[in-house]
Formats: sequence, C-alpha cells, structure tokens
Amino acid sequence: MSTLHSRRAAKVMLTPSVLLLLAWMVIPLGMTLYFSTLRYNLLMPGATPFVGFENYYWFFKDPAFGVSVLNTLILVGGVLITTVVGGVLLALLLEQPIFGKGIARILVISPFFVMPTVSALVWKNMFFNPVNGLFAYVAKLFGFPPFDFLAHAPLFSVIVIVAWQWLPFAALIFITSLQSLDSDQIEASQIDGASKFQRFIYIVVPHLTRAMTVVVLIQTIFLLGIFAELLVTTGGGPGVASTNLTFLVYVRSLLQFDVGAGAAGGIVAVILANIVAFFLIRIIGKNLEA
Amino acid sequence: MARQVTNRYRVLVTLAAWCVALTLSFPIIWTLLTSFKTEIEAIASPPKFFSFDWTIENYFIVQERSDYFHHFWNSVVIAIGSTLLALVIAIPAAWSMAFVPGRRTKDILMWMLSTKMMPAVGVLIPIYLLCKDFGLLDSRIALVTILMLMNLPIVIWMLFTYLKEIPGEILEAARMDGANLKNEILYVLVPMAVPGIASTLLLNVILSWNESFWTLNLTGANAAPLTAFIASYSSPEGLFYAKLSAASIMAIAPILILGWFSQKQLVRGLTFGAVK
Repeated sequence: MSTLHSRRAAKVMLTPSVLLLLAWMVIPLGMTLYFSTLRYNLLMPGATPFVGFENYYWFFKDPAFGVSVLNTLILVGGVLITTVVGGVLLALLLEQPIFGKGIARILVISPFFVMPTVSALVWKNMFFNPVNGLFAYVAKLFGFPPFDFLAHAPLFSVIVIVAWQWLPFAALIFITSLQSLDSDQIEASQIDGASKFQRFIYIVVPHLTRAMTVVVLIQTIFLLGIFAELLVTTGGGPGVASTNLTFLVYVRSLLQFDVGAGAAGGIVAVILANIVAFFLIRIIGKNLEA
Repeated sequence: MARQVTNRYRVLVTLAAWCVALTLSFPIIWTLLTSFKTEIEAIASPPKFFSFDWTIENYFIVQERSDYFHHFWNSVVIAIGSTLLALVIAIPAAWSMAFVPGRRTKDILMWMLSTKMMPAVGVLIPIYLLCKDFGLLDSRIALVTILMLMNLPIVIWMLFTYLKEIPGEILEAARMDGANLKNEILYVLVPMAVPGIASTLLLNVILSWNESFWTLNLTGANAAPLTAFIASYSSPEGLFYAKLSAASIMAIAPILILGWFSQKQLVRGLTFGAVK
C-alpha cells in the first residue's frame, strides 16, 4: 500500500522521537556510569580521580544498601498484592446491579488522581498521627493505646498510602476487563450447574489474567520509583527502616553530595529495574500475543 | 446477561458497594470537610463531621501565606506545556508507525516502552548537574523538557493504538482521489484522530500534574508546581490541619475533576491498548 515516497516521509517523521528518546537514555545514563567511577563529592571541590569500582564496593558494603533493596521489594510486592486482590474484589462488587453506580465509581476512582505529596501528607497527619490522627481516636475509643504508625511500622504505613493510591487503578482495569467477559460462557456454566465459586475460579479469573499481567507491569514501573511518599512522611526513617533504593540514592547524592556513590547506586537501581522488567516483559509478551 | 435480580439482592449489593466507596474516598472527603473547619475544630476529639462552624478562611490564608496561584500557574504551564510538546513530536511518529509500518515497527515500539523502565533515580545526578550548569535549576523550562521526555513513550504508544484503529483504506481512497500528504492529514486523518489525541492529552496532563520526583528535586521557590508547594506543609507548625486540608484540596481539585471525565481513556492509555 505504501509508496516509496510515503515510506521516506514516515522515516523522517519517526526520526525526532527516536533520536530524542535515544539521547534521553544514552546521555544521562552514560554520565551516571561515568560519575560512578569517580571520587566525586560536591563538598570537596578539586580533582575527581578515577577510582574504578570503589564506589560500588562501598555502596554494596553499606548496610543501608541491603535494607533498601529489601524495602524496595517489600514495598512493590506489598502494594501489588493488595491492589491486585483488592482490585479484583472491588471490580466484582462494582459490576453488580447497584443503585447510583456512576457516583460510587467516581468515589472509588478518585484516590488515583490525588498527587502523591497530598495523599502522603493527609494520611500522615490526619490518620496516622498518634495524637490528633483519626486512627489514634478510634484506638482510644476501643481502649487501646494509640499506635505511632510512622515510627513503629513505617514500611507498612507507606504501603497503605501507596496501595490506597493504586487500588482504584487496578479496579478500573479489572472493571474494563470484566465488561468484555463473554456472557454466553457464563450462561453455559449456569446451565451446567456451576456454582458461583466455580464460575469465579474457572471463568472469571482466567479471563482476568491478561488484565492482571498489565496491572502488575504498569504498577511495577511506577512503584520501583516511589519517592515523594517517603520524602514527606518518614524521610526514609526511622534510621533507614523505610528507605528504598530510590530514596537512598537521593540521600547519598543530593543530601550528602557524594556524586560518585549516588551514581553507583543509580546504576544499581537501573540494573535492578531491568531484571524486573526483563521477566515482566517476557510474561507480558506471552500474554499479549495470545 | 439475562439474569433475574431480586430487589433484596440489589439493595444488599448497593449497600455494600456504597460502604466500600465511601471508605475508599473517605480521606478525600475528610480533607474536604476539615478544610472548612477552624484549626481548633480540626483536631477536636471526638471528631466533628458536620456540626462545626463552616468557614472558608483557610483558603484565603493558604493563598496569602504561600501564594497558591503562583504554584497553580506553574503546574498548569508544566503539565500542559510538556504534554503539548510531547504531542507535537509524537503525532508524526505515531502516524508513520500506524500507517506505514515497517519490519522494525514492533521493535521500535517495544524499545520505546522499555525506556520507561529506566528508573528516574538512575539519571538524577546527571540531570541535576546539567540543570545546574545551564542555570536551569528551579526553572519551568527544565521541567517541561524532562516531563516531555518522560512521557513521550506513553504518548506515542497511546496515539499509536488509537491511530491503528483508523482503517487504512480510507486514507488510500483519499489518495486515489488525488489528495496529497498534507490534505490527507489535514482533512481525513485529523478529524478521525481528534478523539484519540484529546484523550492522550487529558491523560498526560494528569500524569504530569501529579509527577513528583523531578518536580520535587529540581525546583525551589520559583518554578515549584503544586506537588512541591504541598510538600512545604510537611513540617508541622502549631495547629495546621485545616490549612493543610485547604491547601490539599486546592492542589487536587482541578485534576480530580478532569480525572472523573477520563476514566475510560485512562484504562486504554495506561495499558497501552492491552486492556479494552
């Protein structure tokens, strides 16, 4: 269909995007790689000698590193499990014949549009605060001492906040997916005498697999880089109890001005993300082809 | 689905669904209510739900204290600017991949998606230093550029999935009738592509509005959009819940309303057309 002329035009039109994305990938990443081999601290002006893998060595030896990788995985895993399970249940509920469905849906979806800094601050102050927070009030109501969530369960608290933001996203995608469920299949299963539970396990869940894969992939991309929620709630603390890899790199480079160590951490984060992405894209690729 | 639904069942699921919906949105509702209280009432125990002296004073205090409109305007410029710029670059690319697919189109698309996998923190230092060297720290130009680059893959993907659904035969017919490339794009393609472009625009404005890695790390007082403006309320100072609530509502209201209109596009756009 396409002529030689339009083929050339197509190439010309594609070029700016490709070049821009290539530059956006290669230049900063190359610079990070380069910085990661230097002894480079903004507080110590002067020469920035080449030190090979020294930065990596110290970064890996840093006890905060292991903690932060583990925290990253717990954060991502915790939020993924909560949102996928909760999202499926929520979607099933919202697919029922309910009155005022439109408004109920809007209420459910709203948290997704709240910017991370706002949701983190609202949760931190108005819910988790051990003196004036609503949770403290409820605890007192039942005769329990108030619990300082951010001090004693920082990672759990952050998971709650982030899961609250992403649950609507998962639910919305599952709702969309449920709407394309083949009703003939459901009816056939009813005639064959399948119970509600059987129908869910053998028809609904397999139908949702594709949507689940997509939810996991998209959320992982965003969740690996959780930053604002930590910055305004726990500040990565207490100690490094809620520091993830992103936050650790931020602390090393922009708070301690150690460009070399920060860059090494950045490269580690990129590698970690790529390992996750490699598996995810394979799974997704398989799912999307079918 | 021809299923008989008893009224009792309807009432039950309605009750359940509304309970869940109100619980999930409660933090937002509570913030909205608190923004109309005085600081004393905001921390009253037991909490006051509706029986308080409603006041809009907090909104004025927030504007006066931290110049809301300045940051609001920054958000508008950054979100809309980066999205429009991305669209200008992405439309030709998506057009060419959708209508003149080559052998490597699929690879290029997957590669573009993979650039999204790069964690922002991996390039934090070079971007920060580059901005510093060029005097672009705390400038809107830097953020518009960075957010544009960050969202470009998503914009291209979204446009691609929309454009792909336009049947190629129509374009061919136009060409047969003697339309040149310019006319073909202007009179045939654009009208059919407008809905797709509009929802791409909407979704990316939302994403950029809420982006809070680069906006927090690269801005100070000048170019700070609402994400950073709110972060300045993170250190407690006396009684501040009512003011915090008012500031929060002001920061999220515009995009919350836009978001309600974009539910359908959101799914399509963020799943790259994989879930419909």
